[in-house]
Amino acid sequence: MSDSTLYDKVWDRHKVTTLPTGQDQLFVGLHLIHEVTSPQAFGMLRERDLEVAYPELTHATVDHIVPTADQSRPYEEDAAEEMMAELEQNVRDAGIDFSDPTSGNQGIVHVIGPEQGLTQPGKTIVCGDSHTSTHGAFGALAFGIGTSQIRDVLATGTVAMEKQKVRKIEVTGELGDGVEAKDVILEIIRRLGTEGGVGYVYEYAGEAIESLGMEGRMSICNMSIEGGARAGYVNPDETTYEWLEETDYFQNNPEQFAELKPYWESIRSDDDAEYDDVVTIDGSSLEPVVTWGTTPGQGIGISDPIPSPEELPADKQDTARRAQEHMRVEPGETMEGYEIDVAFLGSCTNARLPDLRRAAEIVEGRQVHEDVRAMVVPGSQRVQKTAEAEGLKDVFEEAGFDWRNAGCSMCLGMNEDQLEGDEACASSSNRNFIGRQGSKDGRTVLMNPRMVAAAAIEGKVTDVRDLKEVTTV
Amino acid sequence: MSDDVEIPEVDYVSGTGIPIRGNDIDTDQIIPARFMKVVTFDGLGEFAFFDLRFGENDEPKEHPFNEQRFQDSSIMVVNSNFGCGSSREHAPQALMRWGIDAIIGESFAAIFAGNCLALGIPTVTADTETIQELQAWVDENPDGEIDVDVEAETVTYGGETIDVTVDDAQRKALVDGVWDTTALMKSNASEVRKTAQDLPYVRDDQIPDAAD
Repeated sequence: MSDSTLYDKVWDRHKVTTLPTGQDQLFVGLHLIHEVTSPQAFGMLRERDLEVAYPELTHATVDHIVPTADQSRPYEEDAAEEMMAELEQNVRDAGIDFSDPTSGNQGIVHVIGPEQGLTQPGKTIVCGDSHTSTHGAFGALAFGIGTSQIRDVLATGTVAMEKQKVRKIEVTGELGDGVEAKDVILEIIRRLGTEGGVGYVYEYAGEAIESLGMEGRMSICNMSIEGGARAGYVNPDETTYEWLEETDYFQNNPEQFAELKPYWESIRSDDDAEYDDVVTIDGSSLEPVVTWGTTPGQGIGISDPIPSPEELPADKQDTARRAQEHMRVEPGETMEGYEIDVAFLGSCTNARLPDLRRAAEIVEGRQVHEDVRAMVVPGSQRVQKTAEAEGLKDVFEEAGFDWRNAGCSMCLGMNEDQLEGDEACASSSNRNFIGRQGSKDGRTVLMNPRMVAAAAIEGKVTDVRDLKEVTTV
Repeated sequence: MSDDVEIPEVDYVSGTGIPIRGNDIDTDQIIPARFMKVVTFDGLGEFAFFDLRFGENDEPKEHPFNEQRFQDSSIMVVNSNFGCGSSREHAPQALMRWGIDAIIGESFAAIFAGNCLALGIPTVTADTETIQELQAWVDENPDGEIDVDVEAETVTYGGETIDVTVDDAQRKALVDGVWDTTALMKSNASEVRKTAQDLPYVRDDQIPDAAD
């Protein structure tokens, strides 16, 4: 085992057997569930008279449909109330822990798992949500699954999977001023394409990755799926262990920290690990990245011109033409100055405490542009509480931002937070698909949280680095 | 315990085609999130491609799913990276409930293809030119029969048989009728427990007693 990747090692430790299909049956160390993709799976269990096999390794929260304004029950929207009630019933019947809104622990599933120490290196983690790749930031093997697979995991504690190839993405150098983890992952997807990662798991490495805190690593792993890779991970290191030691799980089980650390160390990719592919990106050459189109791969540096469809590979030209028509952008222009109507600071990509802190630094002492409605939706109740205690809520509210309760919110428009008509939104979320934010004519521009803050203030896409110079005058 | 579910073998799918053109058609386009505020998959078929099919006031737009000549079609022909985006099984569920039994395309997003497999829907692939030719043929021949032979990895239409690719595990699962993996994996419960016991992070109290 001297030339194995973390992926190989964690896979082997969790492999139960090879199924007749050639797929491996993998044990699932943590199954996270939420209200949108699990009710049908529980329904299938009932139809087959099956029970939840490993309730102690399952954890629930509510995030997609939860209102972020008035959370009193019953929820104003009947469908949301029904989904919440169904989840409550299912977890009660099965004896599954539930971080519900009354617990103070509720939040986006990919924020609360790491927060509570449920997410750990060397675990297999699944959830009926494609952004489960987020948990790979801790050196876990984490991927999204569909509802029939949720049924499998609930009923058996395992999932059937085919082993993937591993691509190492090495981001060298130091990120420039104003450049964040979000820009790194948008650049990776731009270069490798939205389907470049199909069949691969991404291992993120190199100085620019290793120097990131856990939140930055989560932002990167989070969007692996946007590049087609079902999972992405970072090898665990001291930064990871420092985070873990502070979590509930290890505060409550301190002896486990010392017991598990050798395991965490043992599953790191070996120095001479063999990869199916290696890609190197110079992190020091990056600038803030924004999207101009309707896939996350349609990104550019803030000072770069929007490409002409003819310059792109043949199979991307048609998509680019339709995207430019939808977004109403012209090749040759930059995205700087693109007028926005909404600023959304939230989502499992960028709604953790450091994201809000950095954005608040930009916002402090400034005002949201009069034509912009701006909102902050913290990733979890704990993020919200800490941010409020630190005074971030006041900073945002004084600037004219709406400060909401935790949830997925306008990332996918399943609650009341939606774009209207053809509104353009500067968004810290992960997908700019047509219709994604609740309006089929809505226009989404993805960017990092500080860039969202700058756009909110200026009313248009703005290079946050220029804004900072203005502050110092 | 009555977990015996009959799983049909899907070695062959026949029907007429429907072309859905465009790369990177994501799951938000296949089924917009607002239609996912439900606790079952029933009735999702009518919402497939909803925002591409209907305008502001629900007036029908030009889309193959709205065309009379494709209403009985069951084999969808798509381009590259079809089904990218979210893990929502609502997407293939909506297509299946509309009437789709198999999809032929240039390429598929991984989670989407896995979700299709879990429903017994083959996702078979061929190169760009082959797909475009097939889409053009379907347009000309909306009543023309297409036969997808999953086991032989071929598609036959208009008197011609072309080679396609079916992922090995998918082919085996469909052809042998083991694409619904719940009962199969449940039969390995004792090995599962052993795997769990050998993992340092799983505590004994998190492993249920052997009851079955």
